[in-house]
Amino acid sequence: MAVQRNRLNQGGRIDRSRPLSFRFNGRSYVGYAGDTLASALIANGVSVVGRSFKLHRPRGIVGSGAEEPNAILQVGKGARTVPNMRATQVELYDGLEARSSKGWPTLAFDVGAINNVFGRVFAAGFYYKTFMRPQRLWHWYERIIRASAGLGRAPQEPDPDTYEHRNAHCDVLVVGGGPAGLMAALVAARAGARVIIADEQNELGGSLLAGAETIGGKAGAEWVAGVVAELAGFDDVMLLTRSTVFGYYDHNFLAIAERCTDHLEAVRRRGVRERLWRVRAKQVVLAQGAFERPLVFCNNDRPGVMLASAVSTYINRYGVCPGERAVVFTNNDSAYQAALDLKKAGKTVLIVDSRPGGARLVADTVSEAGIPILQGHVVTDVSGTSAVSCAHVAPWNGDAAEPVESAISIDCDLIAMSGGWSPAVHLHSQSGGKNVWDAALHCFVPGEGLQDCVSAGAGNGRWSLAECLEDGRAAGNEVVARCGLKNVVIDLPVAGDTMSGGTEPLWRVPASEDADRCPKQFVDFQNDTSAADIRLAVREGYRNVEHVKRYTALGFGTDQGKLGNINGMAILAECLGKDIADVGTTTFRPAYTPVAFGVGAGENVGELFDPVRKTAIHDAHVTAGAPFEVVGQWHRPWYFPRGDEDIHAAVNRECLATRNSLGIMDASTLGKIDARGPDVVEFLERIYTHDVGKMPVGRCAYGIMLGEDGMVMDDGVMARLAEQQFYLTTTTGGAARVMAWLEVWLQTEWPDLEVYLTSLTDHYSTIAVVGPNCRKVLQRVGCNIELDKESFPFMTVRNAELDGLPVQLFRVSFSGELAFEINIDSDHALQMWHTVMEAGKEFDITPYGTETMHVLRAEKGFVIVGQDTDGSVTPVDLRMNWLLSKNKDFLGRRSLSRPDCKRNDRKQFVGLLSEDNSTVLPEGTQLIEDPAAGVPVPMCGHVTSSYFSACLGHPIALGLVASGHSRTGESVFASLADGATVPVKIVSPVFYDAKGERQNV
Amino acid sequence: MLLIECPWCGERAETEFSYGGEAGIVRPAEPDALSDAEWADYLFNRTNPRGAHRELWNHAQGCRRWFGVERDTVSYKISGSFKLPSGGEA
Ligand SMILES: [Zn+2]
Repeated sequence: MAVQRNRLNQGGRIDRSRPLSFRFNGRSYVGYAGDTLASALIANGVSVVGRSFKLHRPRGIVGSGAEEPNAILQVGKGARTVPNMRATQVELYDGLEARSSKGWPTLAFDVGAINNVFGRVFAAGFYYKTFMRPQRLWHWYERIIRASAGLGRAPQEPDPDTYEHRNAHCDVLVVGGGPAGLMAALVAARAGARVIIADEQNELGGSLLAGAETIGGKAGAEWVAGVVAELAGFDDVMLLTRSTVFGYYDHNFLAIAERCTDHLEAVRRRGVRERLWRVRAKQVVLAQGAFERPLVFCNNDRPGVMLASAVSTYINRYGVCPGERAVVFTNNDSAYQAALDLKKAGKTVLIVDSRPGGARLVADTVSEAGIPILQGHVVTDVSGTSAVSCAHVAPWNGDAAEPVESAISIDCDLIAMSGGWSPAVHLHSQSGGKNVWDAALHCFVPGEGLQDCVSAGAGNGRWSLAECLEDGRAAGNEVVARCGLKNVVIDLPVAGDTMSGGTEPLWRVPASEDADRCPKQFVDFQNDTSAADIRLAVREGYRNVEHVKRYTALGFGTDQGKLGNINGMAILAECLGKDIADVGTTTFRPAYTPVAFGVGAGENVGELFDPVRKTAIHDAHVTAGAPFEVVGQWHRPWYFPRGDEDIHAAVNRECLATRNSLGIMDASTLGKIDARGPDVVEFLERIYTHDVGKMPVGRCAYGIMLGEDGMVMDDGVMARLAEQQFYLTTTTGGAARVMAWLEVWLQTEWPDLEVYLTSLTDHYSTIAVVGPNCRKVLQRVGCNIELDKESFPFMTVRNAELDGLPVQLFRVSFSGELAFEINIDSDHALQMWHTVMEAGKEFDITPYGTETMHVLRAEKGFVIVGQDTDGSVTPVDLRMNWLLSKNKDFLGRRSLSRPDCKRNDRKQFVGLLSEDNSTVLPEGTQLIEDPAAGVPVPMCGHVTSSYFSACLGHPIALGLVASGHSRTGESVFASLADGATVPVKIVSPVFYDAKGERQNV
Repeated sequence: MLLIECPWCGERAETEFSYGGEAGIVRPAEPDALSDAEWADYLFNRTNPRGAHRELWNHAQGCRRWFGVERDTVSYKISGSFKLPSGGEA
């Protein structure tokens, strides 16, 4: 087991009495409670944690938080493995297992590293240029690229954990628990506001947990403890740690991912793994802090080159030091703190300051500590491949265009760099706020906001601790006032000195050789985007920052360019000869850091993913062994196989049995609407195309409704139950849409009509009893009314009792056979199904599902809206002119006389017969006039429904054919997927019982 | 996610509502009196402004009432909800 050779003997917020063992790439290590995976790896001297995406260069840990571009690891095993985790944000637990995402097959020898040898080939746009032609090979290339890129692997098993969504409302949501956020939260809490404060780390405090700064003469962390204790005492304050505010959406709606158990060893994990908080906040304080920028010099990606603030964090918070001999390379004051921290930890340290005038005030402090400073110098290059061995340093006069000759070589194993700071403006940008370039601070700061939010602290360009505390207090006062609450006065705690500010831009260290041929100067570590790549993009004509971003992949990694974007834009601006302000920023989008899929899904998985609607009779179909067809959310029985029948055998048998004796079908999924009121007739006259008012009570009618564009929207049988009461049925899929359609006209256009609509779809079940013997079976179950042709004619409705239960009997038919539909309270539907099935035994009663229903109706040429129509079909196209009243206006009527609706060459509804009498045409098959025509072959129509008809002994099909109504008897060709064509004859869509005698008995 | 005020139920999340397009499109009283072009204008053409937009929303997962909202199509700020003319009190 490795020794923690980089562990300091004292300091840090770790518990040296609680060692935790973990494995990385198969080797065992030990860290301490309080470590992150990153700090534990550094403690153990693990310098290479992965290989880069494109060039497969060895990479080490750069940062200490969300900005980390390199230490992107696969954490956990099996079903619980999580890809692309930043080691800097993974809390160490006993038994943790992690692997590099990259570096296939091994870190030590990587076949992909050959790419590095050809590094110049892999310049910007390489993939676009090389792999996009020929396109047919793209699938093959993509597989190779993905394998060698070695991105994280998703678990192969179902996720065994539970996730949940919670809604929350508050007056003030504070994002970030650093000094500014804590001050804002304190002000808001004392003013009596309902406050949520969320921070992505395991404890509140932000930079105060990692720095040497003092507040009121005490350690910063001590002040944090006091504030947190006070906040926790308020009833209306919620403290969320391990909680990343990852999205800022419209109207102050923010999404927070709270990680509840991932920091615990496996055996201690209980309950919800992650929780999504959906927060609606009256006011938001954005106090997310700032990211330190890397410096851009040759080989700046070597393991051992780190952010200066990260070095401080590892020393102060985790009690580890990443090196023994350090060079601190900076263009601002803040990195001087890292030099002091390194010195205090007993390490050798030298400061290379690019500013010709060097630091102002802080230089004295550092010099007193015995740290040498090279002012007006830059690090130009780094030696060492898998670890830094030497920094090459040269004098620099501040002229960006001047190439720098390397002058001094300094042996070192750590380079702590600081290129200044960039406020984390991500959420401000997501909220719709603008970001503006601050020419004094050399960074983008939050500009005008679009929503009710205030930025504070380092995220607002306030670098020093004193400024952060003051800015946080001001933000707190501002949001309290906006909430209409009475403000409280809070004294500002006295902050100790901070080393910060004084940034003098150094976007790219001038190289000693040609800038395009020197060793790579990386801008975006995760995507291997170098300064030369950006220059190349400009040379090739890219000007817009969004285009350059896509061409070079700058900022396209899982880190979204948190480190590299600003340097990249500055280099772009330099190439274009523009100011950064004029180049502009790219758009920040959620999520701020990657969010697990489980968080998005929450409880909506398995049975709850998409609720299933079952009819009241569903269990009988399950018992009968029927496979189910999904129709919208409904599960409908598809067919009822006997023995080892396949679907064709079953459907053939069901069709014949129904036409010859007796079939039964569960039609409960039909939409059912009760419409009543003094104006119901007038209302339905405007909705339906036929003369509703002429229907006597007890009469049924087939009705269609059109959109205002004249296209058929839905159809169904409707019945007049009383003078002022109708019962409307809709298609299964159209039920909700039709209800909404009726409501919108009633409420927005015709509020003067008094009509009441009630959905009955679930309250009533419908059992269709179909076939020549259906009267007999109804009599057998004790029907209390006469069923003969005179007493109960076709297309009428009667109230009746069956087996002592009240039902509505509709004498309607969707099969062309004598048939009744039993409408019954759903509570009794299953009982009625069994009763009818029992009584029908002597007639070989045959249950059938949607497939047989389709065949029977297609034999009769009955349309299914949504299958034979597609929203571009008029009733005239369907030969339903007889349904169009000439006595009234109705929705869509005027559109039928628009020129396009009157064209003779519209696609019209026809029957189709394969001339070989055997081919069942696949639905969707395109119809063509001439099989010999050259491509693109003109198409004249398509098949909408197609089945084998057992009753007729041959296949039948329905379809839409241009000018089809006048082409009966002509032939067209069906073009099959395999290239073959089948001649097809255009016929009447009514294949069976053309005179309609079977249902009129 | 928008926060929309239903005039009957109060402020609710956007997910409870469905959108109904531009408000104030009146169905012509006599469609036959319109030329094909005028009818097509009623059917298909909408103002689609950049800025203030009066539009219809339905509280589909709540009271199912239709009402109007004035929303800025750039900032998505909602300046208020209104009941429809003679849409009446509940
Ligand atoms: Zn409502």
